[in-house]
Amino acid sequence: MSVLELSRWQFGITTVYHFLFVPLTIGLSFLVAGFETAWLRSGNERWLRLTKFYGKLFLINFAMGVVTGIVQEFQFGMNWSAYSRFVGDIFGAPLAIEALLAFFLESTFIGLWIFGWDRLPPKLHNACMWIAATGTLLSAYFILAANSWMQHPVGYHYNPVTHREELTSFLAVLTNPEQLATFPHTVAGCFLTAGALVAGVAVWHLIRHPAGEAVTAFRSAAKAGAVTTLVAAVALMISGDLLGKVMTTYQPMKMAAAEALYHTSQPASFSLFTIGTLNGSKPVFEISVPHILSFLATGTFNGKVQGIDNLQSSYSQVYGPGSYTPVIPVTYWSFRLMIGIGLLAALIALVLLWSLRRGRTPRSRWLLGGAIVVPLLPLAANSLGWIFTEMGRQPWLVFGQLKTSAGVSANSAGEVLASLIVLTLLYGGLAVVEAGLLLRAIKAGLPAEPGPADTDKPLELVY
Amino acid sequence: MHLSDLWFIAIATLWAGYFLLEGFDFGVGILLPVLARDDNERRVLINTIGPVWDGNEVWLLTAGGAMFAAFPGWYAAMFSAFYLPLLLVLVALILRGVAFEYRGKRDDPRWRRRWDAAIFGGSLVPAILWGVAFGNVLRGIKLNAAHNYAGNFFDLLNPYALVGGLATLTLFTLHGAVFLALKTDGDLRARANALVTPVGLAAIVAGGGFLAWTEAAYRTTGHPGTAATSIALAALAALGLAGAVAANRGGREGLAFTGNAVAIVAATGALFTALYPRVLPSTISAAYTLTTANASSTAKTLMVMTVVAAIFLPLVLLYQAWTYWVFRNRVSVSR
Repeated sequence: MSVLELSRWQFGITTVYHFLFVPLTIGLSFLVAGFETAWLRSGNERWLRLTKFYGKLFLINFAMGVVTGIVQEFQFGMNWSAYSRFVGDIFGAPLAIEALLAFFLESTFIGLWIFGWDRLPPKLHNACMWIAATGTLLSAYFILAANSWMQHPVGYHYNPVTHREELTSFLAVLTNPEQLATFPHTVAGCFLTAGALVAGVAVWHLIRHPAGEAVTAFRSAAKAGAVTTLVAAVALMISGDLLGKVMTTYQPMKMAAAEALYHTSQPASFSLFTIGTLNGSKPVFEISVPHILSFLATGTFNGKVQGIDNLQSSYSQVYGPGSYTPVIPVTYWSFRLMIGIGLLAALIALVLLWSLRRGRTPRSRWLLGGAIVVPLLPLAANSLGWIFTEMGRQPWLVFGQLKTSAGVSANSAGEVLASLIVLTLLYGGLAVVEAGLLLRAIKAGLPAEPGPADTDKPLELVY
Repeated sequence: MHLSDLWFIAIATLWAGYFLLEGFDFGVGILLPVLARDDNERRVLINTIGPVWDGNEVWLLTAGGAMFAAFPGWYAAMFSAFYLPLLLVLVALILRGVAFEYRGKRDDPRWRRRWDAAIFGGSLVPAILWGVAFGNVLRGIKLNAAHNYAGNFFDLLNPYALVGGLATLTLFTLHGAVFLALKTDGDLRARANALVTPVGLAAIVAGGGFLAWTEAAYRTTGHPGTAATSIALAALAALGLAGAVAANRGGREGLAFTGNAVAIVAATGALFTALYPRVLPSTISAAYTLTTANASSTAKTLMVMTVVAAIFLPLVLLYQAWTYWVFRNRVSVSR
């Protein structure tokens, strides 16, 4: 494999892996902060116990998000130095600001939250988690602004003397239309992920221990989690619809690739399922819904949607000869699996919520299966969403400006192969450890009723 | 003064802040197997930095981000040139960070011993490699006309850079010892204090040697102002180190920590001043050297960054200082 391919695999693996933890950090920080506020408002111990229980899951997950995030910042320079030089004048600032505004806030206030139970007044302690949660949102905003700029560059001009892109308007970068749709969509995905985890774990406990003393607490958690998941699902649909239209405007090839739509169509049908040749050019069997793609892409049922072939030939004229078509089976399947799996998570959350109506206790094996599966689905949907949006931009690294092949560092293939192997093995090992710890913490259930759980241990020793 | 000069100072400040803060985190990690005799004592050591280590590490992310934003050419050349050393740093920081959070999650001695090893190794490796990296920055690397690295991994292991690695290792270990003397009690405190003199002498030899070598051989030429400043800062660093050891022998733990903190900041300042106005010299040709002028972002970007930093950096300093105030008490086994 070439340096380019190895570097792309490494970026893909490390980024998808990093984003397994990020959505839970963002979504759970708000839910845990909310549980703690519910405890302070109501004085009811069950909210405190839920805060500590889900807080522990949050922290196990947070650690992984933090350490894998360092790799993300370093590898732009390590593996994509040509890209870094070309776009650093624009792309670097959101990253630096993310660290200054968001990472300091998250790390400092989560440290205070972990160690501050006996040190800070309860309201201030709770405020720490709200501040950390705000930090996670700020972080998401700046890094997504940077990514949105790669999808749809704005607020810059190309300087032929320095051979690089230079900033003309930072405000334009922060209010990129792509960003205004991407940010709500991604954040909604984070709440889908966290809500599904909270609900799934709670229902699992309710079914496994229907007569346990923690039943009332887990009922509250299950409802809060399921409602969060459902609200997030609605927000995902609205923001996804918005994002689809932005994508059609600025990256028509990505929309066409999402649908494997080869010929410009008016009206265009939404393809639900296709079996085609491996390169995707000839469908053998297809189920499609008339007019729906036109609606998704343009907002009208008879809108015109451009096809891959037409776009390929017009891009060749603008940008010179070469392929401007992403890998169609990847974009086609990641796009519909993202939607389908996300919807399935929402559906299961609805069923779980229904099973709790008017004091009922969920029992069936089916519900148990649903509770186990539901936290995993949003993780898959998030990953597929990123795979879609990044693979759908190819061959561009910065759309219309820099091809991926031109962004890679002048490293040796051996070096990159070494780092790819080391990081993949390390991440794989840590995934096993993290999953084991999460399952242990989940199975252990709520901490004992009154007071801090470990009064027999020295008070200050948390780790 | 150009904005790029201001950002050179800002980046020097961020690295100095990083070494000042994560320096004692690394030191605590390195001293973990040396000072602690049982699991409870190891817990005490880890908990002295528990609430703050993650915030301290963000100084590194901010320094890296600021280099990317203010000097893309520097960031791109340095991070791709130091590919394998940075991979080692990343692996170390990953294992170490996870270890802090995970070691206490299971009550199993074998589990804990493994994570303790990760904390030790994860602190030792970056404590050495940051010195090696900055040694190579000062000395210069084989940068070609395209500002790409034309050397290999072993070129980075030259004697001067290795002395740099020893310098940061001893300085950070000393920093950990004076920090623990301030933050623990009883036996641990006594043991930490007892280590200060021998480790301090090693730091004076390695750190002083590295700075002297830098001033003699690798300081920028033709800038009398920076020469005087760099020498003055190096002297201040030496004074801080000697003061730290002297204060420790006089039983003044707070002063000892302050002395070493001054030493770390002044030494970082001396190195960056010796570098200026270059940011990454080329040993192939002076024409290929990266400088604050040819590696920087546009004035527009630097202005945006200046405004953001002017508003938020003081805020960060305030709440980080508040954290240290909240957790100002000594940590002990039996409270």
